Amino acid sequence: MKRFSASSLGVLLVILLVGGVIIAGCTTTTPTTTTTPPTTAAAEKPKLLIATTTSLYDTKLLDYLEPKFESQYNVDIQITSQGTGKAIEIAKKGDADVLLVHSPSQELAFVKDGFGINRRSFASNYFLVVGPSADPAGIKNMTPEKAYTALHQKGTNNTAGVYFVSRGDASGTHTAEKAIWSKAGYNYTTSVVKSGAWYIEAGKGMGETLQMASEKGAYTFTDEGTYLSYKSNLTLVPIISEGSSLLNIYSVMTVYNDKQPVEKIQMANNFINFLISSQTQADIGNFGVDKYGKALFTPMSIKVPTAPAGNVGDYSTPATALKP
Amino acid sequence: MSEIISGFFQAIDLIVNLDPEVMQIATLSLLISLAATIIAAVISIPLGGLIHFYEFRGKRVLIVLIQTLYSVPTVVVGLLLYLFLSRSGPLGYFGLLFTPEGMILGQAILIIPIITGLVIAALGGVDRNISDTLISLGATGFQTIIQIVREARLAILSAVVLGFGRAISEVGVAMMIGGNIRDATRVLTTAIALQTGIGDFPFSIALGIILLIIALIVVIVLNLITAGLSVEAQQALGGPRT
Repeated sequence: MKRFSASSLGVLLVILLVGGVIIAGCTTTTPTTTTTPPTTAAAEKPKLLIATTTSLYDTKLLDYLEPKFESQYNVDIQITSQGTGKAIEIAKKGDADVLLVHSPSQELAFVKDGFGINRRSFASNYFLVVGPSADPAGIKNMTPEKAYTALHQKGTNNTAGVYFVSRGDASGTHTAEKAIWSKAGYNYTTSVVKSGAWYIEAGKGMGETLQMASEKGAYTFTDEGTYLSYKSNLTLVPIISEGSSLLNIYSVMTVYNDKQPVEKIQMANNFINFLISSQTQADIGNFGVDKYGKALFTPMSIKVPTAPAGNVGDYSTPATALKP
Repeated sequence: MSEIISGFFQAIDLIVNLDPEVMQIATLSLLISLAATIIAAVISIPLGGLIHFYEFRGKRVLIVLIQTLYSVPTVVVGLLLYLFLSRSGPLGYFGLLFTPEGMILGQAILIIPIITGLVIAALGGVDRNISDTLISLGATGFQTIIQIVREARLAILSAVVLGFGRAISEVGVAMMIGGNIRDATRVLTTAIALQTGIGDFPFSIALGIILLIIALIVVIVLNLITAGLSVEAQQALGGPRT
């Protein structure tokens, strides 16, 4: 019986220790709400959640603009970068306050369906077709549409070395790629997808897609910003960089739904007005020059690109509307 | 290959210089996963005990179901929880989406089946002779249960360590529920995903090394606690037990 009471003592210790760990755990979990030392003071500040796309976020433009906006307004900007499809879904469900993407057709539908207001375009740049420097498909300096036609013909004929890696993830970049297939006269779902081993759907982010294309010596379609920031890891060179269908327009809009507090809508409008202000436009025009030798974005204040109606949104009228 | 080496040196550099952003991300990772593990352990250990010690209809089926949930993809847990926590979802009122608390909840849900299942296995692994002996020596049901739990403590610890490992290394819940927001919900795994996407491979590897160092420290501490428990028990018996 002695052994038993001793064991119960051990058990008691187990319970005490587990309890101790739990209590310690509780005291350590409390700080999780405040484990954001740089923003401890900001904990009481209202938050403005921006949903954006990975390709834009990865350029760090928003990280660069964030403190400038926060110093003007008493607000804590939080940015979540997801694929365009996911970012739009998050905004549709009312889980973000601002949507910042580069897919005009999806944006127009978003606004038309009443999920967003005050769409403003603030910058543009160009998509690129990049590929191996040997250019096995011989498409250099063609228009994007002609190049895609040549790629399709050579790819389906199994020409050696001709591969194309697509994002394949319903991202803004993927949407732009599909638009070129359509302009070149191909039905994307029936005659491009699954048309042979040459067309590879990565289902990944832009950086990983570039990496995959580089490893396979394939062509791919990319935004300029991600390509420039990723370039040192790649064997790919720009093959096509001109053509109206390569235009990449970035727009911002306020998320609207009936549960959204008016203060959030006002703050989102402030953010939009900040982006189209002359000071921020100038800042955007200088962004990336020091690192890449050229600006990653062309702000609307420098050049408004010519594009089909609706693709470039309003870029000068202040955002004031509080509902659709 | 050179990225691995420079990643290693960058990790040392980040640790030695206590890079504030990396330290914040690492601390947040540790706190979230530790909290999730503690919550999951508090629920799973008694739950596992309950399932092991009580006979009921459908017990085998329940255990099979729990074991199936070991394989639940983290992204699926993240997605389901997202739909619940979304402002337009049933639990949207609590505002847990894109917060560390939401991530704790998600990771706890993810690892509860693992810890529960392994606790059941751990208790089942205790020699049947022990419980028979205990009962023949006149132990009450409660005393028997406690003693068996004590015998299985190492295996239970492994269950908790594995749960912690799955929590701190997962990226699906952290990305879907946390949103990888800088200074708010960015943890080591989502930061690694981000840096890889940007193409900063050495930094990604450095963060991976830091994650493993944190795991090493947690495992050492948990093992010390268990070893401490054994020593305490031995002292209570008045000397080393043979």
